[in-house]
Amino acid sequence: MSFVSVCHIDKIFPGTGVCALIKGKQVALFRPSDNAEVFALDNMDPFAKSNVLSRGLICEHNKQLWIASPLKKQRFNLETGDCLEDQSVSIKSYPVKITDGTVAVSL
Amino acid sequence: MKKIIVVGNGMVGHHFIDQLLASDSEFEITTFSEEAHLAYDRVHLSSYFTDNSVEALMLTNEQYYDDNGVRYLVNDRVVAIDKTLKCIHTQNGVTASYDSLVIATGSFPFVPPIPGNDNEHCHVYRTIEDLDAIRNSAKDAQIGVVVGGGLLGLEAGKALVDLGLKTHVVEFAPRLMAVQLCSEGGGLLRGKIEELGVEVHTEKNTQSITQGESCRYRMNFADGSFLETDLILFSAGIRPQDKLARDSQIEIGERGGIVINDYCQTSEPDIYAIGECALWQGKIFGLVAPGYSMAKVAAKHIDGHIDKQFLGADMSTKLKLLGVDVASIGDAHGVSDGCKTYQFLDGVNGVYKKLVVNSSGDRLLGAIMVGDASDYGQWLQLYLNDMPLSQGPEYLLLPDADEGSSSSAMGVDALPDSASICSCFDVTKGQIREAVQAGACSMADIKSCTKASTGCGGCSALTTQVLNSELEKQGVEVSTDICAHFAYSRQELFDIIRVKKIQSYDALLSEYGSGGGCEICKPAVGSILASLWNDYVLDDAHIGLQDTNDIFLGNMQKDGTYSVVPRVPGGEITPDKLIAIGQVAKQFDLYTKVTGGQRIDLFGAQLHELPIIWQQLIDAGFETGHAYGKSLRTVKSCVGSTWCRFGVQDSVGMAIDLENRYKGLRAPHKIKFGVSGCTRECAEAQSKDIGIIATENGWGLYVCGNGGMRPRHADLFATDLDDQTLVKYIDRVLMFYVRTADRLQRTSVWMENLDGGLDYLKEVVIDDKLNIAAELESDMQNVVANYQCEWKTTINDEKRLQRFKQFINTDELDSNISYVRERGQRRPATEVEKISTIELVTEA
Repeated sequence: MSFVSVCHIDKIFPGTGVCALIKGKQVALFRPSDNAEVFALDNMDPFAKSNVLSRGLICEHNKQLWIASPLKKQRFNLETGDCLEDQSVSIKSYPVKITDGTVAVSL
Repeated sequence: MKKIIVVGNGMVGHHFIDQLLASDSEFEITTFSEEAHLAYDRVHLSSYFTDNSVEALMLTNEQYYDDNGVRYLVNDRVVAIDKTLKCIHTQNGVTASYDSLVIATGSFPFVPPIPGNDNEHCHVYRTIEDLDAIRNSAKDAQIGVVVGGGLLGLEAGKALVDLGLKTHVVEFAPRLMAVQLCSEGGGLLRGKIEELGVEVHTEKNTQSITQGESCRYRMNFADGSFLETDLILFSAGIRPQDKLARDSQIEIGERGGIVINDYCQTSEPDIYAIGECALWQGKIFGLVAPGYSMAKVAAKHIDGHIDKQFLGADMSTKLKLLGVDVASIGDAHGVSDGCKTYQFLDGVNGVYKKLVVNSSGDRLLGAIMVGDASDYGQWLQLYLNDMPLSQGPEYLLLPDADEGSSSSAMGVDALPDSASICSCFDVTKGQIREAVQAGACSMADIKSCTKASTGCGGCSALTTQVLNSELEKQGVEVSTDICAHFAYSRQELFDIIRVKKIQSYDALLSEYGSGGGCEICKPAVGSILASLWNDYVLDDAHIGLQDTNDIFLGNMQKDGTYSVVPRVPGGEITPDKLIAIGQVAKQFDLYTKVTGGQRIDLFGAQLHELPIIWQQLIDAGFETGHAYGKSLRTVKSCVGSTWCRFGVQDSVGMAIDLENRYKGLRAPHKIKFGVSGCTRECAEAQSKDIGIIATENGWGLYVCGNGGMRPRHADLFATDLDDQTLVKYIDRVLMFYVRTADRLQRTSVWMENLDGGLDYLKEVVIDDKLNIAAELESDMQNVVANYQCEWKTTINDEKRLQRFKQFINTDELDSNISYVRERGQRRPATEVEKISTIELVTEA
């Protein structure tokens, strides 16, 4: 599994997300709190077909973490990419590794 | 088309017309009124002295009748009916023919035959004209007397108190409200009213009115005593206005009233009588609800339906008289055979309740309540539906001994579907249940689809209970908790944050919540923190709370780009600033559109462009317009007295001042203002959360209006305000809204759900009933003092600016965004257009 380094974790403010362009693919990275935990999902909102998920709101439901799309608020599981509103919809999730503060993603 | 003539355009006459308009058949309707105004609300007549507005009382208007093809003649009295030719003649010589005639002439006030009752400052209390006359007489007066201590008399007493007069009530009977109340209840009511400074004189028989010594008049009583006063108001009962029918040889009851059958037909089958002029089985119904029922029956019958009949009406009433709750149900005096009574007297809190039950003690026959009428709705249902009392009657009377269980000892679930919940609009429990099944899930929904609780509002508590119970049955959990992370409502969270001076979401969550927070509670708490402390919303502690638009200080569009809206206070803009906006739009190729709030929206800005665009706008003298926030949006204005030949005040100047004062105020939802320079209302202020309309004497304040999906006319809140008072009231209204509304609740819905509604809001804001006005003002002052242009702060903050780019690891742009040009500007390409663009490129 090859990981691509993206940025230092300090570039992602706790409680927010950012978007990275990795090998031509838009990947959304989320840092739910101030610890060194980061999740990666496709940046494209599959409903609106727009690259916006990194700008959504991180939320917790049933002890799991989700990102609510900034457009129409559908929620996607940060670990699996499954959509809470529509079980037939799922987006890709990617493994993340943090080494010495550097965030790396494997496509 | 069948010709219908309605004689009299009062509450009942108008309701009849509404019923006809709602039917599937078409009618040619003509209505006559001897008054200058079309139908208005006589039940709340005394509000004319506080609101000073005829409009607020109006139940209809010329426009509505014009739109629905209803002909109307005001200031003209119908004087004769020609039953043979089936036509009527008016005082002014108008003749009109009819197929069906409806007499809805109402009643007139009874003036006791006392010598001197025709003096200049002796009045009755029935029409707007009467009220104008009363007000004129009150101008140089100190003392006023109401003759009559019944319902209407006490209502008139309130009017005199509102006019600032030392008020006396003179009653012939030994107690107040002799028809409804027993001596204990009457005595308690008297005590409460006297506490308010109104003097009550019972068992006084006025014999003459002569010239006074210290006042205009002296009233001489049979017992030798006298009372001096400047103004006398007769409110000693009503008499049916049956003269027209009498002159036309239509059957009249012995003691007056036009005799009607169960279809509201008089002795002439083509002629109907409804409302207070009608006599059914020897009874006159002096309340509006039975009048509405008659209107419904007559309309149905004229439309050819014979299934609906008028079968009498319940005369139970609940009123607030001079601020005292009074209610009477059924056989309040306990005159039924074998009945028993139970009484409860709380001398400390001033509460009196009496129950009349049948001989076996398991059915409620009647009741009286003074000082606390909160059980009225429940008890009325027990009475109307002849429901068995589950426990002994004494349990109904005792105050909540057992917290949590309702004192009424009856849930709404026990009511049959046929139970009438709203008597003004005849809405049953079954109809509310059907509305909930059809998807209604809030009081606002119920009000708009059934009209329940939109008349006198007396049934609002009961309607809410039915709604909640039906929702629960459907599995909808009726919880006021904001979400799973906080077991508090938004209002409770607001109070916690305010009182405990909590500064961040994390601090609140760790002490009062659980879990990680979600897309509901995070923005809600973010908004509360901003309302209270007005910190920079992109601060480290707050950034993760901000919703879609706030987090990048722009309105996100469907393709992930943003729209940019600079503030244009009051809609006033210099040519230079207009050019500056044009230059920015041109440079960044932004789609440009003028908004409804009198400013300019620039669409299609990408993340990395936002700071550059704002830098240029700020350099040109603009500030953020907060178009992205749940906050003050715009203050729309007309051009006002500076240019307009009709304007009476400087509406633009006021709009600019208000917009600059409240800009940046974060609230449960967006807030819009409008300021009009005269009553022509070109700024459409009555469709705004806060509407201001100039008058010759100052400003009229309207609150809680809305346009959009569910339009609502704003309610008149206060009139003739000077600038300072206007701002003071707005400060208080807005802060009270910010404190108490639910998340994402506009002021219109907030008002509709506010217990006590407009009157309560007035009490809080104008009378400072909760003693929080100073606090509300200082909270607002704090927000005003801590205003910052968020974009100015942002472009000067390197750390924040890092977030304004599409990718964290490269300066490339989002290749998915593509545009097509249309009407000279660009717009986002549709999915189909995106594909064809790609194909074109491939082929080339």
